[in-house]
Amino acid sequence: MAYLDISQVGISFSRGGRTSEVLRDVNLVVEKGEYVSIIGHSGCGKSTLLNIVAGLLRASTGGILLDGREVNAPGPDRAVVFQNHSLLPWLTVRENVSLAVDKVFSGKKSRTERKAWVEENLTLVNMMHAAEKRPNEISGGMKQRVGIARALAMEPKVLLLDEPFGALDALTRAHLQDQVMEIHARLGNTMMMITHDVDEAVLLSDRIVMMTNGPSATIGEILKVDLARPRRRLDLVEDATYVHARAAVLEFLYARHALPALAA
Amino acid sequence: MSTTAVKLAPAIRTSAEAQASARRGVAAPPATRLSTAAAAASEPAANPIGPRLAALGRSVATNVVPPVLVIGVLLVLWELLCHRPGAGLPPPSRVVTETWDLIVDPFFDNGGTDKGLFWHISASLQRVFMGFSIAVVVGVALGTLVGQSTWAMRGLDPLFQVLRTVPPLAWLPLSLAAFRDGQPSAIFVIFITSVWPIIINTAVGIRNIPQDYRNVAAVLRLNGFEFFWRIMVPSAAPYIFTGLRIGVGLSWLAIVAAEMLIGGVGIGFFIWDAWNSSKMSEIILALVYVGLIGFVLDRIVAFAATIVTRGTSAQ
Repeated sequence: MAYLDISQVGISFSRGGRTSEVLRDVNLVVEKGEYVSIIGHSGCGKSTLLNIVAGLLRASTGGILLDGREVNAPGPDRAVVFQNHSLLPWLTVRENVSLAVDKVFSGKKSRTERKAWVEENLTLVNMMHAAEKRPNEISGGMKQRVGIARALAMEPKVLLLDEPFGALDALTRAHLQDQVMEIHARLGNTMMMITHDVDEAVLLSDRIVMMTNGPSATIGEILKVDLARPRRRLDLVEDATYVHARAAVLEFLYARHALPALAA
Repeated sequence: MSTTAVKLAPAIRTSAEAQASARRGVAAPPATRLSTAAAAASEPAANPIGPRLAALGRSVATNVVPPVLVIGVLLVLWELLCHRPGAGLPPPSRVVTETWDLIVDPFFDNGGTDKGLFWHISASLQRVFMGFSIAVVVGVALGTLVGQSTWAMRGLDPLFQVLRTVPPLAWLPLSLAAFRDGQPSAIFVIFITSVWPIIINTAVGIRNIPQDYRNVAAVLRLNGFEFFWRIMVPSAAPYIFTGLRIGVGLSWLAIVAAEMLIGGVGIGFFIWDAWNSSKMSEIILALVYVGLIGFVLDRIVAFAATIVTRGTSAQ
């Protein structure tokens, strides 16, 4: 049985009497422990889809089942790593993570267990050294690592990543991608990631979901990436499967579903 | 060269000597001129006091000298203009001599309203404290409501915008009619004067909470109470404190006028009483105190703001 089941999801926004359909008939099944990337041009509604899964937006049509239960509100079982980290600037790194841990495990773990759990997750992303720093005292990559720690600490059934590395420089991004792969290998989380970076999608994903352009965007094609894990970016540069997958995604994005403005 | 060092910097020598002997941990033997000079020359870093004092002196000079100079010039001008007989205002020298008793003894209490300035000012400050405290609680609560609920904003905002333009003293007759007593009326006037900027600034602060923080709260399923204390208050704190600063300034403006009308002990009544007995010098002294205390109140709220809002500014 499917772990995360997105069926017939569509969403429309109406503003000033005009209704615009952003997503239509989105169907996607994600298995437990799978790493799925959603890629598409800007404005195709991929972030909207992630927000629907997170419960931050309500779908106009269709529905989502996670582990057999319907999703209709936000919750810690679908933790989100936000694109701009969304750490609370008045709390230290440790407090940001423990805000989540204390809330999610208030009845289930003792105070000392929660403290240890916060530190375990900060250690997982190598941020224990900056635990007492505030977000504006650490770099962008570090903030994103804390955001990942906060999300992981909720022990979500599915981890939602909304362009998690989009605002980072290329070197930091590669470093964080490796860390996320390592965490995925170690913990076996189910992950759903929004990205607009083809290499990132191919490197990290088990499957790549390619979205058509909006309005009324939907899933155009799903590509399975048959690369053994652990994956090392240097080994993959000339790997035939990698090159082929990369070409397929590029072909989808820039030949078959190029943005009208770019095609002209 | 060592002799010039000694000549140029005797302070350096002594401090270096003191540190050197302290480091040795024993009472230093009486050092000769030459050896101390050598110590001073060989330890350029062992001399933090001198330049630091100099820097402190420079910052004091740049910050204190201009206002002192300006005030001095103004006082001299005032003295010259009001010195001739028949002038409308007493010159500063006469203000000081005439009010000397009040200045040196602010704590006397002869019963009734014949008290020292300390008692008048503390009575006024108590009223401001009570009225302002109520305004903080009500203002933050109403501001949160208006900032959070579009419906409440549409309903209440026009009302607030009209009421906030009503001058403080215009409320006094109504509140006297309602409370039938001077003390609660004055407190009400303080409250109604200072509550509007607090409401409006809090509402703006709440409305400006980034959607990201709301999303975090939603994913964590924070309840209303947790959301208020963990997200709303810290996030809106810079705005709230702007409102508090404006509010405390307005309350201090309003209390003097209100006390002139309601009587009793208070700095406002003191000024009115002095005017009725034509004691211009006492009025001028009271104005100086009013100004200084208003300044201190503003600084206190500003200081509280810097402590509370430390680190709340998002990058």
